[in-house]
Amino acid sequence: MDFVRNFPCISIMLCLFAGIISSGLRGKAAMLVNTGLLVTNTVLSACTLLYTLSTGASFVYVMGRFPAPWGNEIRAGVLESLIALFFCIIMLLSLFGGRHKLLQGVEEGKLYLYYVLMDLLLSSLLALVYTNDMFTAYVFVEINTISACGLIMIRQNGRTIEAAVRYMIMSLLGSGMLLLGLCMLYDLTGHLLMSNIKESVALIVAEGEYTIPLIVSIVLMSVGLCIKSALFPFHAWLPDAYGYSTVSSAAVLSSLVSKGYIFLLIKIIYRVIGFDIYHDTRIIDILFLFGLMGMIFGSTSAIRENDIRRMIAFSSVAQIGYIYMGFGMGTEAGMTASVFHILSHAATKSLLFIAAVGLTDVSGRNRQFIELTGSGYRNRWAGVAFTVGSLAMVGVPLFSGFISKLLFAQAAVQNHAKMLPALIVLGISTILNAIYFMKTVIRIYTPVEDTPYPSVTFRDRPVYAVVLTAFIVLNVMLGISSQPVVDMIRQGLAMFA
Amino acid sequence: MSKLKPQEEYEKTSAFRFFRWLSGSKDPYVGEVEMKAQRETVIPEETITERMRESEMIRDRIYDGEQNKASRIFHRIYVAVAIFFCIALVGVLLLTVSCLPPNGNADNPVNNVVSERYIESGLQETGALNIVSGMILTYRAFDTFGETNVLFIATCCVMILLMLDDAILKKQAVMNDRRYEPKNDTILQGVAFVLCPVIFIFGIYIILNGHLSPGGGFSGGAVMGSGLILYVAAFGFQKTQRFFDEHVYKIAKITALCMYGLIGTYFYMMGANGIDDHIPLGIPGHILSSGIILPINVCVGLEVACTMYAFYALFRRGGL
Repeated sequence: MDFVRNFPCISIMLCLFAGIISSGLRGKAAMLVNTGLLVTNTVLSACTLLYTLSTGASFVYVMGRFPAPWGNEIRAGVLESLIALFFCIIMLLSLFGGRHKLLQGVEEGKLYLYYVLMDLLLSSLLALVYTNDMFTAYVFVEINTISACGLIMIRQNGRTIEAAVRYMIMSLLGSGMLLLGLCMLYDLTGHLLMSNIKESVALIVAEGEYTIPLIVSIVLMSVGLCIKSALFPFHAWLPDAYGYSTVSSAAVLSSLVSKGYIFLLIKIIYRVIGFDIYHDTRIIDILFLFGLMGMIFGSTSAIRENDIRRMIAFSSVAQIGYIYMGFGMGTEAGMTASVFHILSHAATKSLLFIAAVGLTDVSGRNRQFIELTGSGYRNRWAGVAFTVGSLAMVGVPLFSGFISKLLFAQAAVQNHAKMLPALIVLGISTILNAIYFMKTVIRIYTPVEDTPYPSVTFRDRPVYAVVLTAFIVLNVMLGISSQPVVDMIRQGLAMFA
Repeated sequence: MSKLKPQEEYEKTSAFRFFRWLSGSKDPYVGEVEMKAQRETVIPEETITERMRESEMIRDRIYDGEQNKASRIFHRIYVAVAIFFCIALVGVLLLTVSCLPPNGNADNPVNNVVSERYIESGLQETGALNIVSGMILTYRAFDTFGETNVLFIATCCVMILLMLDDAILKKQAVMNDRRYEPKNDTILQGVAFVLCPVIFIFGIYIILNGHLSPGGGFSGGAVMGSGLILYVAAFGFQKTQRFFDEHVYKIAKITALCMYGLIGTYFYMMGANGIDDHIPLGIPGHILSSGIILPINVCVGLEVACTMYAFYALFRRGGL
């Protein structure tokens, strides 16, 4: 066996070890451990990606001495390692970009706990991406939920505590539904391993037995994961959680945590239930409908918002709607578009959060639009970055958002029944996106005569500027050379089946 | 020709004041009106509370069904929809349960090759008489390591929420420690004196016999944690800190989890790469048997005991 095959297991275990060891270190040392971990994991995931690309097949890694239906397994293919690589890069950039705010918002004595949570969050994300076992997925969903709560409330004020409580209640509801669905599925199939469940489910459907419990368990799992990833009617926890937590947390939560759950849902659709069976249950139409509603209502809420952070948070609701709309198409093309949008939204949303904090910092930490007037001149890096992020969100060519919208439109054209609603809502949503993002861009580039706020240059915050540049490069790269990424996604989805 | 008045008398007449006002030679307010620089407005606390009460009263009025018709209608619809939704959900779930395979039937899908191998060859493959321990710590070792980390991260979150700074802690230590509990309660101390050693020994017994009899790291750790809690409730933090303070807690927790992680990693990587591992399974039934299960049980027990105690201490006084 090639040594590269050990890398997914090693990267998950490294995260857990880093978290455990960091709990005995001081803030600075924990930060160094975390940075080292993220760099190592980026390298490991890149190696796995190259390996799977070169062999052209996915591989299964048995965690222990006992093979398939008895022991735990993880599985790595092109898509898994691509997503893992992307998650590591985004988390690294988000943490560097928000570091100065972290030092302001968190008590000195509790700083190490932040990095403990981040390490464990990364471990759970990687485990969700790589797992081939439903119960392992559930265990790491738990870790993910608890660490996300901690990340929200580590900046302790009334709003974040309230947001964390809301997040916890909604998220635990989602976990509960996932567990309930999982238990039913186990009762019907007698397996926890994804590939074995899939075989048994195909058998059950062929025999026509247990139709109701099967559909109910699929619904419970889907809705549970929808709640956790803030699909439209279940998004009430989102604006506060993203709007008031410290900026790195907001960036990580919006671009990684919700995406981890969405990726788990993709795995459930492809590897647990089977794409055709899932498609035949018609749950996919409900996801489609919720996705469309989210695209409209998320954007209208964002337009009404007067707080820049909450506006970006509401925009996430709309973008999650796009992803679920892609699921709802029920085609390979729709799924490819969704997965690409997971990447592009992750790269853009974290950029927007981190750029927005630069703008509010040069406006006396006010987040109201009236105070942000002209802030694009006071912090030029943040202004440019915010503009790039906005253009990407709206879907202007050259940036990543354009490609995902193009893919969604192409997917919609291939599906006759859903073409019209999808294209109309896509158009409306793009205009609404443009309204609130361009409003903000015009606002930050409106000159003001005498401002009481000081300007910030590159020399004041070199790390911050470098991080923003890296994010911009990532966005433009996804926008310009999208074809290799799309090919990898197609290849990865083909490996899923 | 009018009679000339002396200057002093003339100044008292209203004509003089009128002509003086007309010529503007004197500001009529100066000397007449008391003038002060404007003071900064200080709103007394009563006013603030009054205003808060009023705004709350307004809010109560708005949400009061009798005053606000729209709110009343919304509330009724809300309740009706909620009740309908819950009944529908209960109905669907009951229907689902009735369609599930009947409990205890031998032909159920659950009774398949998976559980068969756990039951039939579990003893040879894991060396543990306790099948449950054997299953969760060898066949599904990765899940259990994740589960242990859930406990670890839960403590971290409670620390974020409740942990106080050392300085504050020292200041409040004397005051807060026994605010709601009797100091040096003789009965409690007497009972704890007898019970604590028994509880600790029982906990250690459960952990060490995890692979032989019902129990294991999680249950034994919970027993030991409750023993620690009883001790601290009876004798106070000062006496507990002589053998279990934050430093010891950290060392114990990190050592336990790291040991578990190392054993786990060794087990996964050896198994996955097809290398024979050299941990002997021993003779089933002996205390030193069943390979990795015993050390893992000890690690889990230590971690669980630490977690239980940490929860109690953090909730009670915000520090260990």
